[in-house]
Amino acid sequence: MVKTLIIRTAGTNCDRETVHAFERAGSEADLVHLDRLIERPATLLDYRILVFPGGFSYGDDLGAGTIVASRLRTTLLPEIIALVERAGLVLGICNGFQILVKAGLLPAISGHGETGESTLTANDSNKFEDRWVTLEVVSDLSPFVRKGDVIRCPVAHAEGKFITKDEATLTHLEESGQVVFRYVGKSGGQNPAYPLNPNGSPNAIAGICDPTGRILGLMPHPERFIAPWHHPTWTRDGLAEEGDGLQMFRNAVEAVR
Amino acid sequence: MHLVQVVARKGFSDPRARDALADLQAGGAGRIDQVEYVSCYLLEGELTPESLEEITRRLLADRVIEDSFLDTDPPQAAAADHSLIVLPKPGVMDPVALSLEGALADLGHSQVRARTGRRYLVRGACDSEVLLAAAKRVLMNEVVEEIQPGDEFPRTFPQTSGHVPRKTAVPLHGLDDDALRRLSKERVLSLNIAEMHAVRDFFDGIGRAPSDIELETIAQTWSEHCKHKTLAGIILFRGERIDNLLKSTIFRATREIDRDDCLSIFVDNAGVIRFDEERAICMKVETHNHPSAIEPCGGAGTGIGGVIRDIMGTGLGARPILNTDVFCFGPPDLPDEKLPKGTLHPKRIMKGVVEGVRDYGNRMGIPTANGALYFDERYVGNPLVFCGTVGIMPADMVEKAARPGDLVLVAGGRTGRDGIHGVTFASVELNEESEMMDAGAVQIGNPIEEKKVLDAQLRARDERLYTAVTDCGGGGLSSAVGEMGEETGVRVDLDRIPLKYEGLSPLEIWISEAQERMIFAVPPEHEARMLEIFAEEGSEAVIIGEFTAYQRLTLCYEGEVVADLSMEFLHDGLPKLEREAVWVAPDLSEPEPRADRDHGESLLGILGALNVCSKEWVIRQYDHEVQGLTAVKPLVGVRHDGPGDAVVFSAEPGERRGIVVSCGMNPHYGDLDPYAMAAAAIDEAVRNTIAVGGRLERMAMLDNFSWGNTDKPDRLGALVLAAKAIYDVSKIYGTPFISGKDSLNNEYSTDEGTIVIPHTLLVSAMSVMDDITKAVTMDLKGPGNGLYLIGRTYDELGGSHLYLQDGEMGANVPRVRPEDAVATFTALSNAIAAGHVRSCHDLSEGGLGVAVAEMAYAGETGAAIDLAAVERAEGLSRDDAILFSESQSRFVVEVMPEHREDFEAALADIPFARIGETNDTDTLTVTGTSGEVILTRALADIREAHQATLRW
Repeated sequence: MVKTLIIRTAGTNCDRETVHAFERAGSEADLVHLDRLIERPATLLDYRILVFPGGFSYGDDLGAGTIVASRLRTTLLPEIIALVERAGLVLGICNGFQILVKAGLLPAISGHGETGESTLTANDSNKFEDRWVTLEVVSDLSPFVRKGDVIRCPVAHAEGKFITKDEATLTHLEESGQVVFRYVGKSGGQNPAYPLNPNGSPNAIAGICDPTGRILGLMPHPERFIAPWHHPTWTRDGLAEEGDGLQMFRNAVEAVR
Repeated sequence: MHLVQVVARKGFSDPRARDALADLQAGGAGRIDQVEYVSCYLLEGELTPESLEEITRRLLADRVIEDSFLDTDPPQAAAADHSLIVLPKPGVMDPVALSLEGALADLGHSQVRARTGRRYLVRGACDSEVLLAAAKRVLMNEVVEEIQPGDEFPRTFPQTSGHVPRKTAVPLHGLDDDALRRLSKERVLSLNIAEMHAVRDFFDGIGRAPSDIELETIAQTWSEHCKHKTLAGIILFRGERIDNLLKSTIFRATREIDRDDCLSIFVDNAGVIRFDEERAICMKVETHNHPSAIEPCGGAGTGIGGVIRDIMGTGLGARPILNTDVFCFGPPDLPDEKLPKGTLHPKRIMKGVVEGVRDYGNRMGIPTANGALYFDERYVGNPLVFCGTVGIMPADMVEKAARPGDLVLVAGGRTGRDGIHGVTFASVELNEESEMMDAGAVQIGNPIEEKKVLDAQLRARDERLYTAVTDCGGGGLSSAVGEMGEETGVRVDLDRIPLKYEGLSPLEIWISEAQERMIFAVPPEHEARMLEIFAEEGSEAVIIGEFTAYQRLTLCYEGEVVADLSMEFLHDGLPKLEREAVWVAPDLSEPEPRADRDHGESLLGILGALNVCSKEWVIRQYDHEVQGLTAVKPLVGVRHDGPGDAVVFSAEPGERRGIVVSCGMNPHYGDLDPYAMAAAAIDEAVRNTIAVGGRLERMAMLDNFSWGNTDKPDRLGALVLAAKAIYDVSKIYGTPFISGKDSLNNEYSTDEGTIVIPHTLLVSAMSVMDDITKAVTMDLKGPGNGLYLIGRTYDELGGSHLYLQDGEMGANVPRVRPEDAVATFTALSNAIAAGHVRSCHDLSEGGLGVAVAEMAYAGETGAAIDLAAVERAEGLSRDDAILFSESQSRFVVEVMPEHREDFEAALADIPFARIGETNDTDTLTVTGTSGEVILTRALADIREAHQATLRW
């Protein structure tokens, strides 16, 4: 059975539902404190998928994900890169995405560990907001997703605006297929305004991958739409078979099986 | 010592700067063109230039969008006309500095100390004095922060005072009443004269003077906050001698209802009911009113932090899965000249309170998904902040008891001078000096500290490493340890308690209300494992004493006994209060009916009223979905913007068995009749749960009384009536109260007199739901369905929002008819369970009109109703009364044609009527009893009226 390692640290708080999502997708999912993994980095050899779930690691006190990213850079970076080179997968959701970006694992255009290419910063609204969005998959580069898929799920963040260091970097990400998710209108309208694009990200970018596609990060929470009753209008539309979010986890497990 | 300043790079807008600019402009700072926001980090320790560069790059500045400046001013400073530096006062919790110190330690700089601050660089021709005054109002809070104009960041760290007083004897022998009263006031003991007598006589009896710690411990333990002296005391009311109002009303109903799913009632930090064979759920709602009046963000944040710890401290500890929030404020549009001296503006309080709950709840990863807002001018000096938490735990972990020989372990945050006298402060009246005088009573929370304790505690709980746990809340260690050791006795070495900084006296250590601390009773054989788990989670845990078999509270400091009290006196020596209560019903009359009423305008006016309007601005800022549990969210309908009645959520991700939580409150009715107000609060909480598919027989309740000064007989009389209503109604409903909390001195004294808050009873309801996929929501689902009004409508506009609009009170306050209500609830629950109901909404403020309007716009489905069809009291014919009466125990229900027959059969024995149909018109149409259309409004206008008021 595929084994997934889900990392928690002080302030992680989407760990239980992320474990549930991977279990529903057919993986074994172990929840391990970051400090234990740093003590025994070789543990990572037992796993095919590594996940940084959402939350407020260390309170986001120096900016979202900053402290964990700093710790990864002094400790586990080589092991994580080795996992990707073994065709393993790395996923960061919300705070996990912020961690991967600040650790230089995303978008990693000039190589894994290169920081300063992009960042996630305060929403244009300058406040935390929890609301449902519609995502379209616009790239086939990552094994987590299939181009054309539409996923409805919530965002819940205050720092989710994706910014690159310059225009050229943004263009490169678009052309290389590293832009994976875009916020779209409810019936697919492109480049929607707030609140459909909840944070003001340029090009409505909601998630990106590294050049291999094996490291994926996104602000929205697909793990919060696993059960059909998670959706805000299931009492109108009837209960679906399953939530839109589950397929992404299933794709990942299939890809490394 | 080094100072790093970080500022947004040119071309990247910093929303913090943008908000500061807007706040200063709105706050009367004068002409301002631009604000730049600078984050400041002061570092003290041995650091090479290379290390500083690395620290800055890794931790302090985001080099994609920010520039950093080491020991130099950013160039923006030279271009600015004014510079303001804001930083936490020494000794105030600074979570960012703590996190930074931790991250520095990871980089090998464990000896480096950090201090943080922020700097506003202002461009504009404003006057610097005017700017400073505005900044103090809108950019900071002087209770916990200090502000310095100029370019010099203070390069100091809090220094400790060398002298630590150990213990002082406080002679009481021979003191007369005046001297005793003076002593109580000077030391903020909040003890009355009878209580001071009891203390004096006790120490006379044992032949010595109390130490200061002993006196403070007694004051903390005997505080209203800890002992509920008023509700448990003797009350003389209308010739009746009520010995313990709580026991003779609320507890009594619960005892007589005697439901076997009640596992722990009124004894622990929260009430506990059975969820299923293996699991139990618990709930607690707390108030944090006075701290929130002075420092809204910190006060509300520590309020939610505290109630979460109550859940962690229930039984052997529950895992929090839901937060609730109910706030009462002055109107946010109150003109400045109506603001009493010494108070913060209601809008500022509201924004701060929402921010505090948001930042704490979201960081803890607990969804905040149910609540309410209520506004009244009388809350202006004394806002109310109710925070609730629901938890889940193994059913065999509800009981706990520390045993002699168990060790006392304190875990979590360190102890500092925060929150000294919080409990006794909670029991005094606020006045214009409170804002500056009581800074010590306010704490700033650090949610990540609490999350670490929670993570560690649940591991330790599941390994069964401790025999008891409780939280350090009001009264600090004094209350927590004192209560835990009540049955056995306990000895604590105060010098073993980890401190934030040196220089605390033993007394300060003992009564500090520093946040994020839990106390455990640990059998010696589990000490090592317990310490190991907490170390693994990065949470500090220290053994500070042990439970004994001597029924005494013994405190030592560096080998010296500084307090030694019998538990019997400490817990049972409190003299019973005896108080007079009266209630004189106000002289009320119904206004003349208005012939010229425009029903459409009245409807839109009520929809936009502060108490009725959409609370989306608040709700969206809370993470109401973390943990992946919610099935009916606080906002429902096509655009996810309709006001749902209650939250429904799974106990575990993916589980269909779940929990419903709702609340009810209508302080306005209390002005007419506190009994009716309390009954209506219960009824509303019940209605909200029934409306989504919950059931009466699975429901448990919580009460929170927030009242004026109950030393005054009229306030107390109102309280007695409200408590009697709880007994009467809950008994017949069969819904036991399982936990409660009261806050009894909510008044604000000004030169012109005292502002007393409205009598406010919040009722919260929690129930088990076997299958959450049977839940229904309030949004209309589509055209062609029948609309029903369930329950009977009476001429009950007294205290209604219609009259509030008209500036009237009225006389006919809505009354609960409990027997009729039970029949209605039961029949409707059965119809919902059978799947006959497509949507359902309860009728509360604004009655039928508001309920149908909200359902229609949330469902983007038109509706037409006919008031002539409404099942109503004999003689009731006025259209406005039928449309806006706030009669209790009523619902609007939407039923599809294929379910019509079954639905009507299910309701055969209760009053109901088919009042109209849904349609595809985008309008709401109401036909009056005369047969003429009295109201036609577009759904878009209804939505706008409901949402515009608080769209900030």
